[in-house]
Amino acid sequence: MLRLDDVTKEFRIGAFGGKSVTAVREVSFEVAPGEVVSLIGESGSGKSTIGRMILGLNPVTRGSITFDGRPVRADKEYYRHIQGIFQDPFSSFNPVFKADRVYNMIKETYYPAVSEPEWEERVEAALRDVRLNPGQVLGKYPHQLSGGQLQRLLIARALLLDIKLLVADEITSMLDASTRIDVLNLLAELRTRGLGVLYITHDLSLGTYLAERTMVLRRGSIVEMGLTGSVFGDPLHPYTRELLSAVPRLNQAWDDATPVDSCVYHERGATGALIEAEPGHFVACARLDTCP
Amino acid sequence: MSLQVSELKVYYRTLKGEVRALDGMTFELGDGEILGLVGESGCGKSTLGKSLIRMDGRMRHVGGTVVLDDRELPIGDDRAMNDFRFREVSLIPQYAMSALNPTRKLRRMVTELLRSRGAEVDTAELERRMDQVGLPREVLDRYPIELSGGMKQRMVMVISTLLDPSLLIADEVTSALDVSTQKAVARALLGFRESGYIKSMIFVTHDIALTHHIADTIMVMYAGRLAEKAPADVIVKAPRHPYTKLLLDSLPEVGVRHADRRLEGIPGSPPSLLDPPAGCRFRARCPIAGDECAQDPPVAELAPDHHVACWKA
Repeated sequence: MLRLDDVTKEFRIGAFGGKSVTAVREVSFEVAPGEVVSLIGESGSGKSTIGRMILGLNPVTRGSITFDGRPVRADKEYYRHIQGIFQDPFSSFNPVFKADRVYNMIKETYYPAVSEPEWEERVEAALRDVRLNPGQVLGKYPHQLSGGQLQRLLIARALLLDIKLLVADEITSMLDASTRIDVLNLLAELRTRGLGVLYITHDLSLGTYLAERTMVLRRGSIVEMGLTGSVFGDPLHPYTRELLSAVPRLNQAWDDATPVDSCVYHERGATGALIEAEPGHFVACARLDTCP
Repeated sequence: MSLQVSELKVYYRTLKGEVRALDGMTFELGDGEILGLVGESGCGKSTLGKSLIRMDGRMRHVGGTVVLDDRELPIGDDRAMNDFRFREVSLIPQYAMSALNPTRKLRRMVTELLRSRGAEVDTAELERRMDQVGLPREVLDRYPIELSGGMKQRMVMVISTLLDPSLLIADEVTSALDVSTQKAVARALLGFRESGYIKSMIFVTHDIALTHHIADTIMVMYAGRLAEKAPADVIVKAPRHPYTKLLLDSLPEVGVRHADRRLEGIPGSPPSLLDPPAGCRFRARCPIAGDECAQDPPVAELAPDHHVACWKA
């Protein structure tokens, strides 16, 4: 459904754009319908840039992004199928207007022919799909609603369209532990309807909870990619190992895995091509055989 | 005892009335103790942290006392608190990124800041502390924009503790950081206590797993009140309050998959603190609530150092 081929993004920086920074380097992956793929990386690894390129918010420097065989176009038809939700629900809404105005905007743009009563029914059905009580959220201003409610309003907005792919960029990082799980469970249910989700996060435990496949991004390149169970159950790249060892867990002390700095390959500062270490499990580490 | 808070009440003034963000908090913090403070958004944990150092204009000190090292903190008096801020009580804010003055190089910023408190910079000591948290010395001659998020957070930590405060309040310091930086920052905080830069610390967060690693004691708050307070291991392994139990059940861990084990959130939402219901405030969401819960549950010490505010515990 969604396919990225050797996507590279360079940003021009400096006073006259004289220097450039490579934020994303030759990234290729696919997201199939009904599949949750998580993209994990630390701050500055380029994970949000990938999301923004898929949404057509930033142009691609090299490579191609196609959706159902057609390239990204920032137009009405494209956004009918692909929608994005971002980290801060309070800045996603215009505080001056009531929150349900986003639904009217969808109606005006995409469904001008639908009658008012029918549209109301559709909105209420979408709200119930995301476990919201329409009476509690319609007609309210953003500040009157909680972060979890606002994020679910945005998911409901996406459901009103004929959505096939949702780019979820850190959508739960501003939510509480208990609300966070509700939103994740909701995404898991929507997946059964054939919705593909690209789940971008820096939180490893949230990433593993949902995703079938996981990609680990470091400095703009994918260093490891495969089924979630094999990437986290049997991490091959030293960076993935280090990330996993840094996750605080209940009932378990932090263990000191081999730091990345001691990795010979790391010191050379280059990133190799992804090789298939075992079926479906790719890793960008050229010294896999010699690594302890 | 380093810090004693008794019956602290802090309300927010709003157009609709007073929001009772802290409604009778009583707890103690020992010398050298790290207290992890957890709870949902709006439970009053940040309000508690702010009350101990600086109340903003909307906050009003309604009742209760705070005693730090046998001296009462004048928390309701903004000006009188100036003598305590930075020297006795210090804060690491949540967004260290915006806590640093963007127009100053760090060396000048630190100098100006210390001078405003009547102290001089001890460069050797500053550099020693920067070494301890793994910051290169060149950082002092850079602008904040030239540092990464984790470096800024660590720099703010060093600056906040330069005058060796007795109490340090760390408000969600690791929430914006990725796991590897989070670990480095948490370890640096523990190092500060070992080196004696700070005596005790309140670590405000919503991440129970992280708190478990660095705190000696964990205090769970709900709707402006204490729900449960116990040594970190006890809270995680043998919680008594139903809210703590549900909160722990909703935590995702690496390796837990939706397909294998479905985690559940806590149904419902916390009560409005504008006009909180009488009795136990968790009653409406509590799976085991009974008739007696219509009365305010007292905070009982069920075991040594294990305080729980629940009739059913």
